[in-house]
Amino acid sequence: MNIIVCIKPVPDPQYYDKVSIDPATKRITREGIPTIINPVDKNGIEAALQLKKTYGGKVTVITMAPPNAVENLREALAMGADEAVLLSDRAFGGADTLATSYTLAKGIEKIGDYDVIFCGAESADGATAQVASQLGEWLTIPHLWNVFSLEPQDDKALHVKTKVENGSMEWAVKLPCLLGVARELNKPRFISAMGIIKAKNKPIAIWGKVDLAVEDERLGLTGSPTKAGEIFTPDLKRKGEILTGTLEEMVDTVIERLRTAGVNVQATTKACDCCEGGGQK
Amino acid sequence: MTHKIWVFAEQVNGVLDRVTLELLTKAKDLAGKLEGKTEIAAVLLGKNVKGLCDTLADYGAEVIYVGDSAELDLYNPMLYAPVITNLVKEEDPDIFLFGATAIGSELGPTVAAQLKTGVAAHCVELRINENGLLVSSVPSFGGKILGEILVPDNRPQMASVKPGIFVQGEKETREPSIHWLDVTDLKAEGLPLKALRIDKKEPKGVPLEKAEIVFCGGYGIGSKENWAKLETLAARVGGAAACTRPVMDEGWSPGEHVMVGTSGKSIRPKVYIGFGISGATHHICGMKDSGLVINVNRDEHCPVFEVSDIGIVEDLNKVLDQLLMTIQ
Ligand SMILES: Cc1cc2nc3c(=O)[nH]c(=O)nc-3n(C[C@H](O)[C@H](O)[C@H](O)COP(=O)(O)OP(=O)(O)OC[C@H]3O[C@@H](n4cnc5c(N)ncnc54)[C@H](O)[C@@H]3O)c2cc1C
Ligand SMILES: Nc1ncnc2c1ncn2[C@@H]1O[C@H](COP(=O)(O)O)[C@@H](O)[C@H]1O
Repeated sequence: MNIIVCIKPVPDPQYYDKVSIDPATKRITREGIPTIINPVDKNGIEAALQLKKTYGGKVTVITMAPPNAVENLREALAMGADEAVLLSDRAFGGADTLATSYTLAKGIEKIGDYDVIFCGAESADGATAQVASQLGEWLTIPHLWNVFSLEPQDDKALHVKTKVENGSMEWAVKLPCLLGVARELNKPRFISAMGIIKAKNKPIAIWGKVDLAVEDERLGLTGSPTKAGEIFTPDLKRKGEILTGTLEEMVDTVIERLRTAGVNVQATTKACDCCEGGGQK
Repeated sequence: MTHKIWVFAEQVNGVLDRVTLELLTKAKDLAGKLEGKTEIAAVLLGKNVKGLCDTLADYGAEVIYVGDSAELDLYNPMLYAPVITNLVKEEDPDIFLFGATAIGSELGPTVAAQLKTGVAAHCVELRINENGLLVSSVPSFGGKILGEILVPDNRPQMASVKPGIFVQGEKETREPSIHWLDVTDLKAEGLPLKALRIDKKEPKGVPLEKAEIVFCGGYGIGSKENWAKLETLAARVGGAAACTRPVMDEGWSPGEHVMVGTSGKSIRPKVYIGFGISGATHHICGMKDSGLVINVNRDEHCPVFEVSDIGIVEDLNKVLDQLLMTIQ
């Protein structure tokens, strides 16, 4: 079974509280934040490695990213993927989900023979959760999003479960197909020392625009129907009043404020004078 | 020329998702900002779904396109998307809104890819600008940054919105104009993707999104026992208990349906009381529209106090026990 995993390098989400907008340049500053493989994409790699273990074949990881993404691809190879492809070209820059999925589709068509494609359900930075479904559309193969359970029936069909609000859906899907995976699907393996050593000799192909059978007007900023407007940081600040006094006093104050806010609270201790019937019960 | 604003009416087992009515309410607001005549329509697919039309009309749908077929009983992107795409090609709406639910998050971008248009994902605000274009505010970096997205040259301008972001408006009785779609030729048989079943269980207790007061536990609560205390408090005042992501990951809370934040629910109770929460934007952007916000944290420098109206610097165990003693 030949499996392809789409991985996206993203700034490490642990540090998003440190992201800000430079007032002078009006650009997002993410200095000092390391770039990692989008966390849920590792669940995709894990799922691919498990399928390979059962059915044999090859796992290829692919990303569309700037040249330094080679490091993230190397990490995926160290996890156990066999080959990697980096789609990198200035012409790919500024792509929204439609242009990104188009470019990935062209890269995947060049890789050729595949049975299953994995994506993460969503990326941590942009979190649009759209690339998986749209990639499936460009490739005209069945696709499912939010996959948390996966059982191969044989090498031609899968039984899949997807998450929906307060429940799940079950599906039978024929290969080739694309699955956008949720983090509940599995636990991605850690990288071993042996994995790192082996990864050094695994191939990473780097393809630009000229290597792909693409229509120029579908790439990058030009190929993106969505355009970015202003960016800003939401102001979430509140009063920040810190209560003082004994534990009992603070809790009484809280209860008084709950009542003022319109919550019906029955309390045993003395409550505020302002609330009728709020006294001893 | 009439401006058309469409909403995908999401239903499962004959029950509309609340986000549909929230989106219709927003559609009315947007329609008021567009110059000239506007028409709000809902697109409803399923089996025996005609009964839902009245509700859709009451919340703003003037026109309802109904695709009713046994083949559409269970959601399947390979059946739903082409029906919608063909309808859009015929009717050419200006704006098309989807819920950023599990189903909508897949169907919206699928339809957009078929139409080669743009979708702004997980919007937290929608407005019409001076050129009559839809401007969608989209969070990134876990909510730390908001960016505006426009779709200037393609139609429809699409956007998805999570449940709980917009408030459902008042109901007004209205006679909708129903357009039946021809779905007689639709066949699930033979498709490479088959929907087998859907399982949905309504969680017990007051649903988080309807609770007037929410007791929210962060990683600091440290145990299932403390989660139970939050539930007890919630039950005593008719509220609900909620959690941050690490609490769900630890298995202290019953699951995702009580998790608040970017990858969880968006809530706006009258009162939110947090215990042992550090105030990561990932969490805060899911509850920022709450009325009164109180937080208990033993670290006086904790950033959560900046996004609180009232802070208590104390061991949460003590505060929980005192609240349990006091509130009956
Ligand atoms: C892609 C992505 C999406 C995410 N989505 C979400 C989301 O939707 N919702 C969400 O909540 N998180 C989400 N997160 C996680 C988020 O970034 C934070 O890690 C999380 O919100 C922190 O949860 P917390 O405040 O409960 O825990 P912590 O940050 O660990 O804070 C615990 C707090 O408890 C206090 N404390 C400890 N013990 C006590 C005590 N005895 N008494 C008083 N105070 C005490 C500590 O001082 C500390 O401030 C996401 C992360 C990623 C990467
Ligand atoms: N530039 C990219 N290169 C490779 N895969 C990507 C890229 N962008 C998105 N993806 C894949 O699509 C998934 C969803 O991303 P998104 O739609 O951006 O939330 C990610 O988890 C990746 O698997």
